[in-house]
Amino acid sequence: MRPLSVVVRTGCDFFAWFMIVFGVNIVIHGYMTPGGGFQGGAIIATFLAFLLVAYGGKKVLSWVNEKIYEFLFEELGLICFFVLALLGIGNSFFYNFLASPLGAERTGIMSLISPAGTTVFMSIAVGIEVTGALSLVIIAMFRGIRQFAGPSLPEEEIGHDR
Amino acid sequence: MNWNEHLPALLLALPLLGAFLAPLCSLGGKTVRNAMFMAISFLTLLVAFFLWRTVLAEGIQYYVMGGEGSRLSLPSGMAVPVRIILEVDALSAFMALCGAIASFAGALFSLNYMSRFTGLSRFASLYLLLTAGMLGMMITGDIFNFFVFIEVSSIASFGLIAFWRDRPAAVEASFKYALISQVGSMFILVAAGCLYGRYNMLNMAAIGSALQMGTMEKLALVFLVGSLAMKCGAFPMHMWLPDGYAEAPTGVTCLLVAVSQASLYGLARVCFSVYGIAIGSAFIPWMIIVFGLASMFFGVAMAVVQHDMKRLIGYHSVSQVGYMLLGLGVGLLVLGDPRAMAEFGMTAVTGGLFHAFNYTMYKALLFLAAGAVYYATGKRDLNDMGGLARKMPYTAVMFLIASAAISGLPPFNGFVSKLLIYESSFAVHPFLAVVALVTSVLTLASFVKVFQTAFLGPEKGVLAGVREVPPAMLAGMAVLTVVVLGLTLFPSWSLSNVAEPAARALVDQSGYIGAIMGGGM
Repeated sequence: MRPLSVVVRTGCDFFAWFMIVFGVNIVIHGYMTPGGGFQGGAIIATFLAFLLVAYGGKKVLSWVNEKIYEFLFEELGLICFFVLALLGIGNSFFYNFLASPLGAERTGIMSLISPAGTTVFMSIAVGIEVTGALSLVIIAMFRGIRQFAGPSLPEEEIGHDR
Repeated sequence: MNWNEHLPALLLALPLLGAFLAPLCSLGGKTVRNAMFMAISFLTLLVAFFLWRTVLAEGIQYYVMGGEGSRLSLPSGMAVPVRIILEVDALSAFMALCGAIASFAGALFSLNYMSRFTGLSRFASLYLLLTAGMLGMMITGDIFNFFVFIEVSSIASFGLIAFWRDRPAAVEASFKYALISQVGSMFILVAAGCLYGRYNMLNMAAIGSALQMGTMEKLALVFLVGSLAMKCGAFPMHMWLPDGYAEAPTGVTCLLVAVSQASLYGLARVCFSVYGIAIGSAFIPWMIIVFGLASMFFGVAMAVVQHDMKRLIGYHSVSQVGYMLLGLGVGLLVLGDPRAMAEFGMTAVTGGLFHAFNYTMYKALLFLAAGAVYYATGKRDLNDMGGLARKMPYTAVMFLIASAAISGLPPFNGFVSKLLIYESSFAVHPFLAVVALVTSVLTLASFVKVFQTAFLGPEKGVLAGVREVPPAMLAGMAVLTVVVLGLTLFPSWSLSNVAEPAARALVDQSGYIGAIMGGGM
């Protein structure tokens, strides 16, 4: 894929960032508004799709570090989700130990946390995970287009027949 | 804190944690990753074992995800359970133990078998995810959750079957499996939708307590039976099975055998615990029996002409699944008739379930032995092999034990469960037992051929450099051999302590429903 015209690239420079802001907004309010962690994460991942379309694969793939998506986003999200579920094990797995009943007064550090409790954090964890995973999917699918042009497998890969 | 209470959740949480940790651990190098992989597999096996002991000692265990207490199935005076509930009766625990053993053996085998390939952090991750999905299908008490776990296990298996993506055959097998299992899981979703629309409930026990046979229920039953028979490889829908089993890396094939048993478990659970006597007509039981007969006979008929070792064993899977379907179908046929049930119905169900356990063990062992032969010789075609028993004595002995078990030679464990199925199906109609016997004879013929061509006979010149496989692979096979020999040497103990509690739990619909609907604490 070659880069598009300067108009498109400038438009992308302006607007791609807003996709992240919008996605984060959906992730953070996911526990009580339409959308949620998955949907917000998918919107954040479109950031990479914008860049790929506007700037072309060669340039973008030289910027992107896949390890950041894999370890910082995917792993962090998954492990946060698991730990949040495990913290409730005093009652049961996935128990919402931060929630409080409707209208109850919250004091101290608890007043900073929404009454929805762990649901908020789980939604954020899912958002982080989906951001990483879908960005990796976009990169992998883009590489798939290129696969027919060059050698069929990356040099360092050892498969069944080679 | 009482960990016994949390065993059902831990059984799912451990392999999931392993799947999440695998890429992180592979940053620390090969040793850390392998240690994590083995530790998680072994801990899962331990948890499954303790869960099984607990269920046998204390009766049905259930676990409410996210509830104020893990045993509070009906909170604050509700009439129906609303949360996701894991319900583990003797049958679920029995199947979970069986799956966990296969998963551990496959993981142990994969350590050496896969060591020369790249992408192993993904392999470990998907393998543990597949284990989690399989165990989830076996212990969930919620029909939508069952669909979710089927999807988890299907998606993990697509990746694992196509793990060698440089082989077009592997990609094709994975694609075929993806198509079939996606259609199957959509059927299950439609069935869950039918039942949810009718009863506003998703919990299997709650649906079972309210079920009255009508058009919607019949529709749901047909979708469930059709798709689950497809997923466990019954005859007319079996075409994905030999491909998938033959092309997947061998450690994975061992686990896939157990995953197909999870679908069989789902079929039994739906027919006996959700529908039970309400199933009414004899149509569905006879349909299951006919699936069983067709799978048995055509599966083995297709197997005898194969040359590829893993494909041949894959076709035998189709025929072995037929035995279990026959046993369960006969049990379901006479479920409403207490006298016939006591006379031969219970025997049929016990035989079917015991065969499921035996089958998973010896079939996984056969696949591992075939994989070991491939690892040592680099050949899959039987015509290129010969005289391997001298070079690979341990593998040969274990293969011989597994072939004797699958052919139903007395005193091996396959014989015990097959005998129960012959006896009980004979009482329905002699023809059923005749088909089962003929199948067993053909199975024996087929495995005599395999053992003779691969392990006996003159040595081939090209195989002069072949050596016995590395220790971890032998250990993986040894785990399964020990189980097969244990079931063989103590047939009456294993029948009364392993198979019969599971069969009683399956038939006892009111017990399954009462554990959830009988009120919380």
